[in-house]
Amino acid sequence: MPDTTFDPGIKAARLEPQAYEENFSDLHPALGGHEAMVAADRCYFCHDAPCITACPTDIDIPLFIRQIATGTPDAAAKTILSQNIMGGMCARVCPTEQLCEQACVRELAEGKPVLIGQLQRYATDHLQAQGIHPFVRAEATGKRVAVVGAGPAGLSAAHRLAMLGHDVVVYDTRAKAGGLNEYGIATYKTPDGFAQGEVDWLLKIGGITIETGRALGPDLTLETLKAEFDAVFLGMGLGGVNALGVEGEDKDGVLDAVDFIAELRQASDVAQVPIGRDVVVIGGGMTAVDAAVQAKLLGALNVTLVYRRGRDRMNASPFEQDLAASKGVRIVTHASPKAVHGNGAVREIEFDYVGEDMTPSGQTLRLPADQVFKAIGQTLEGDGLPTIERGKIVVDANGRTSVQGIWAGGDCASGGDDLTVTAVAEGRDAAMDIHLILSGSV
Amino acid sequence: MADLTTDFLGIKSPNPFWLASAPPTDKEYNVRRAYEAGWGGVVWKTLGMEGPPVVNVNGPRYGVIHGADRRVLGLNNIELITDRDLQTNLDEITRVKADYPDRALIVSIMVPCEEQAWKDILPLVEATGADGIELNFGCPHGMSERGMGAAVGQVPEYIEMVTRWCKQYYSKPVIVKLTPNITDVRLPAAAARRGGADAVSLINTINSVISVNLDTMSPEPSIDGKGSHGGYCGPAVKPIALSMVSEIARAPATAGLPISGIGGVTTWRDAAEFITLGCGNVQVCTAAMTYGFKVVQEMISGLSEWMDEKGHTSIQDFMGAAVPNTTDWQYLNLNYVAKASINQDDCISCGRCFAACEDTSHQAIAMSDDRTFSVIEEECVACNLCVEVCPIEDCITMVPMDAGSTDPRTGKVVEKDYANWTMHPNNPAATAAE
Repeated sequence: MPDTTFDPGIKAARLEPQAYEENFSDLHPALGGHEAMVAADRCYFCHDAPCITACPTDIDIPLFIRQIATGTPDAAAKTILSQNIMGGMCARVCPTEQLCEQACVRELAEGKPVLIGQLQRYATDHLQAQGIHPFVRAEATGKRVAVVGAGPAGLSAAHRLAMLGHDVVVYDTRAKAGGLNEYGIATYKTPDGFAQGEVDWLLKIGGITIETGRALGPDLTLETLKAEFDAVFLGMGLGGVNALGVEGEDKDGVLDAVDFIAELRQASDVAQVPIGRDVVVIGGGMTAVDAAVQAKLLGALNVTLVYRRGRDRMNASPFEQDLAASKGVRIVTHASPKAVHGNGAVREIEFDYVGEDMTPSGQTLRLPADQVFKAIGQTLEGDGLPTIERGKIVVDANGRTSVQGIWAGGDCASGGDDLTVTAVAEGRDAAMDIHLILSGSV
Repeated sequence: MADLTTDFLGIKSPNPFWLASAPPTDKEYNVRRAYEAGWGGVVWKTLGMEGPPVVNVNGPRYGVIHGADRRVLGLNNIELITDRDLQTNLDEITRVKADYPDRALIVSIMVPCEEQAWKDILPLVEATGADGIELNFGCPHGMSERGMGAAVGQVPEYIEMVTRWCKQYYSKPVIVKLTPNITDVRLPAAAARRGGADAVSLINTINSVISVNLDTMSPEPSIDGKGSHGGYCGPAVKPIALSMVSEIARAPATAGLPISGIGGVTTWRDAAEFITLGCGNVQVCTAAMTYGFKVVQEMISGLSEWMDEKGHTSIQDFMGAAVPNTTDWQYLNLNYVAKASINQDDCISCGRCFAACEDTSHQAIAMSDDRTFSVIEEECVACNLCVEVCPIEDCITMVPMDAGSTDPRTGKVVEKDYANWTMHPNNPAATAAE
């Protein structure tokens, strides 16, 4: 055990070096060939299968599993990717236990669904490991489309548009493409540079130019994009972070969870990422769990995830909640932040215990904290955007915004449930609609 | 506990489970292990005539059809009869029989269709003390090219002739093992009976090409890029074996001839089914080759438990019990009307019944928006396909309609009385007879 293990404060290298590799390796190791065959054998090839209905991208799951079972994993991958170009990432990060696997009839029959997510990964990995890109571009249309945001929605739209023969320029404010796949997902869900590898693989379709370091703003206005391109797709996600709105929030050590997650993802050596001995994460979504679990994996001794409502209201799936608990994260519910205490840097954080209607009960909770990670939601940033309601760009079923010629999808747009897979579906569907408009079909 | 002992042709064994003449019974080492594991009897792998033994290929001998999770459903082989020296086999048989007097030990034999060949080998076998012989007229591969095995079993006259020699030169029971590679199994069985056979055993393996290697374009198992048909066995052949056994049990010329049932016996239930169709015991190979000799313990315990449940105290109690119910299609009751019924509590909404019925049968299952599947009795012909494709056993059942009720499909009242095709007005023969 290193000397630093029990030290208070924010320190790197709290664990033995080999512990980091173990902690941040694949959460679900890839299925081997034999495991995949055994898992695939369990699929009943249902009629009009419930798993397809449950998949936001409508992947023909029974077909791709049968293709695996009959020894053609590359055909399986093509079945997946033709519906969901980021099928590899979705296989890793989808809450399958709430989507396809929850709908699996074997979940009903035996409480053990077919391992759809892991089989999807088996197939897509098999294809992508060979560097094969199975799609080709249609004849050039001469049309140009701007995509803002190189996350799941933007890249999905870009790929589909490129495949249909349009030329696409993707703008992203970050240094790398990938969006939340690259910056916003726990390291153990997508290790070994998978996210970047997937982007590189996706771009093999051709016809897509990525311009990083460019966000909507004075240097890149929507008006300019509208003028220079035949269509615009907005998929820039939610760039802002909600504030706690309590006294002491500005103290050192009070950080945004998304920045912590991004720092970890970009770290060349996670052992060098400093972490508090006592860490408190505020929030109830996937970001909160990703931050809490990773704080624990970095060697924080005490990690508490505090949520103001009950567990049933948490956006993090039951699987994610259980994962956090299994890693030693303490989950406290019905506690709302009241004040951050400390002299310059945070030392403690105080909560009100609250009822379901957020009324303080009079009881409070004080937790020691070297670090506080805020994960209470993100907000849309930017001026001059199409009509916004409840913090999101209003879109119709085809992804059309209030402005003609501008579509939107992913987390920045209304509808959906802030999942990678939903963003991919919205990007794809908006691309199909853009294509219809550009080709004069409607 | 039920008494599993059998007396087959006067040969006693503690249970009806014998190992068939095959690789598992090729030598003393295996046979001793089999007896220790609990097998009631063994048919020693086929002996050939004295002289240089046959040789086997030095490449793969087996190929398999796999089911889910690589379960062995069908096995084919191109192995020949024993490739060990005759005297070695005889010495081992003598020793083993002496050490296991309570177990059945039968010697399988295949020598050329010449009287002298049989006259030579039979006294040698008799001297071992083995309980009987089984004439291998069945192997469809290799030896058949040399005029033996299935080549004999396909000519009833040869069967009768060789059987007669055996009864002449051998004093103990003679079992004739039949090949299924013929058009009507009753003819070779009758020939065996005419020749004096004490019993028949069937089926031997079926001509088969198990698969083709799509890289090398060679049938499997492939020997240096070439394949040859082999003999097919395992669970997949059980229905063929049951049918052939039932034909022999029913035919006047062969009824009552003792039968040793062979073909895909994998569980106690398979064995019980063979016995109900008239078999005095069963022989097993593929199940042992797949799971090892221990599998007999399940067969023993399962058969025993079932017999206790049914009140059968001995094998004789239910032997042949299904033979009277095995009939020709023309005698099936056309007034029997059933309808599929889906138990909604058991249904997991996979929709396989719907796909099967809608695409390939009678459009007799309805599917609602919430994936509730229900039978449309106006269309249901009770074909049973939905029952068989449903992954949940007994979720869909066939429910007979009561006499006097109206079949919504035909609009006709279900008759109480039995009526078959021979009596049906649509049958020209029935009309002509009136």
